[in-house]
Amino acid sequence: MTTALALQYLVAGLTYGTIYAVVGIGFNIIYNTTGIINFAQGEFVMLGGMTAASLHRLLPLPLAVLGAVALTTLVGAAVELTFIRWLRRPSVLRMIIVTIGVSILLREAALHLWGEGVRSLPYFTGDEVTALELGGARVSPQVLWSLATCGAVVVALQLFFHRTRTGREMRACAANREAAALCGLATRDLVTLSFALSAGIGALAGCVVSPITYTRYDIGASLALKGFTVAILGGLGNAGGAVAAGFLLGTLEAFSIAVLPAAYKDVLAIAILLLILFLRPSGLFGDRELARLGAS
Amino acid sequence: MPRARHLQLALLAAAVVAVQLGADAAGKPFWLTQLTMAAYGGLVVIGLCLFMGYAGQISLGHAGFFAIGGYTAAALTTADLTPRRGAALVELAARVHLLTLRPDLYGGELLTVRPWPAALAAVALAALVAALLGVPVLRLKGHYLAMATLGFGTVVSAVVVGTEGLGAADGLSGVPPFELLPGLAVAGGAEARAQNYYLAWGLVGLGMLLLLNLVHSREGRALRAIHGAEDAAGAMGIDAPRAKLRAFVLSAAFAAVGGVLMTHYTGGIGPSEASVMRSVRYVALVAVGGMGSLWGTLLTGTVLQFLSLRGVFGSFDDAVFGATLILVMLFAPEGLLRLELPAGLRAALARRRPPPAEG
Repeated sequence: MTTALALQYLVAGLTYGTIYAVVGIGFNIIYNTTGIINFAQGEFVMLGGMTAASLHRLLPLPLAVLGAVALTTLVGAAVELTFIRWLRRPSVLRMIIVTIGVSILLREAALHLWGEGVRSLPYFTGDEVTALELGGARVSPQVLWSLATCGAVVVALQLFFHRTRTGREMRACAANREAAALCGLATRDLVTLSFALSAGIGALAGCVVSPITYTRYDIGASLALKGFTVAILGGLGNAGGAVAAGFLLGTLEAFSIAVLPAAYKDVLAIAILLLILFLRPSGLFGDRELARLGAS
Repeated sequence: MPRARHLQLALLAAAVVAVQLGADAAGKPFWLTQLTMAAYGGLVVIGLCLFMGYAGQISLGHAGFFAIGGYTAAALTTADLTPRRGAALVELAARVHLLTLRPDLYGGELLTVRPWPAALAAVALAALVAALLGVPVLRLKGHYLAMATLGFGTVVSAVVVGTEGLGAADGLSGVPPFELLPGLAVAGGAEARAQNYYLAWGLVGLGMLLLLNLVHSREGRALRAIHGAEDAAGAMGIDAPRAKLRAFVLSAAFAAVGGVLMTHYTGGIGPSEASVMRSVRYVALVAVGGMGSLWGTLLTGTVLQFLSLRGVFGSFDDAVFGATLILVMLFAPEGLLRLELPAGLRAALARRRPPPAEG
């Protein structure tokens, strides 16, 4: 493998890595405030890409992306308001099953709305053949868009959680829900907000990578699996860890294509997930004790 | 109370006969075909019910075990060994009567494994995979267990689609009938429809008998203790990991048996049988039947599968199962047969009041 080729794989890996990272962060946001792993996380990414592609027929690109993010955010809030709120003291088993049900409904709704076809947004700058030369590898500007968006999301979330009142309230809710409620925080609404937020960033990621990876009604399930792998690998609740793990998984996948048949690409992520779960459920960068408590 | 169990099984037998007579009288004998398929799906569902409802675990990968069973049986009974006649293994298998010569569609002859050894190998393989997977996976709980089993299901699905030898996207077809006993074969076709219907439901009855006896035994009580509180069960001297593993392997074997028989009945198997959506569907059927109720699971599972196979839900098939999952979990977590709508409504109305603190 030449250096240029290796670099090319690396770039491809980073592109996929951004989307895994953002899905992983989405898992984290909801997990932190509720203790729920939202199996419908991948569907938010799909909804973002699909809605933006449809809106783009009527609106200029920036407005289409904005509209898609806003709509998906509303869907996220609606999911929480319609389904999650109803459950009083739910068991983990019930929560899992409900979010799986939600993911199926979103997927089927997308199938009936948009059909089985593949959709995508146009490239944000240039077109599919525009490329920057980087040490012999060709890098599409869209890759830079994805990386920048991922970085912006992480920074914005960091600021939100540490510098704003609502963000601090959400962290309080995550640390101890009962104590937060006793302090007068509307923990229920904070949970709704966490669903809206993670749906919104999922949709944004879905828009940004859509020109490269394309969007189909059924991409959610495998994204959820990989996002979860990334969330676990980075340590549940650790956004920085999720980003690092996302890039790691994306890169490993990209290089695996050189060795394995493409059909087995998903198998690699799952093998990593299973290995991590067996060997170190707290993740590479996570807190052992936290994961043990969270697992029960 | 074995007498109660015998009465229940007698009721099942009566219902099976009544449905057959009803279908005949209504002039819809083809219903029996879907009911036969629902019975084989029912084997998967009641096995999963043991693992989910009684042991309190979750598996999002049971379609994987169904597929391991079905694909192994299909591959062994359709792969022509004639070109490998000279190989030592093939000669040995032929010597101990594992192989059979049968005419193929085009008038030639196929040398394949007999259905019985193929079926045993298929179920043994599924059980072995379950045991190997179960040792590490069953240490996990909740979301982790769900994701790990989902991952297993995805791997099986990806392997099936990606392997040319298993027909890739087309699946395998041309699977011969499975002669369980002389003159009693699992096979499609209108002439043996009623016979196959009774055969399938007889097997379901056997499976139910086995599981009912199991859940009312020491083993079943141990599983329920694990469901209630695993640490406490451990303190009582129950070897929780081993009990969970046995339940997992047994439920995987049930799924594989369902897969083998369904494959012989329909004459083939395709990758959709291995899909994750299929696994979710099995979970939905168990949930609708009320997690911890074998009879409830069998009843609602049969009805829903029958309706789905008849195409009643049209293109909304998967959506119906998704919606069912949510509604059952919201309003009837004990299953559709123990629906407590007033309680569900009360909870809905109580939303206005300040919620009790939650952990």
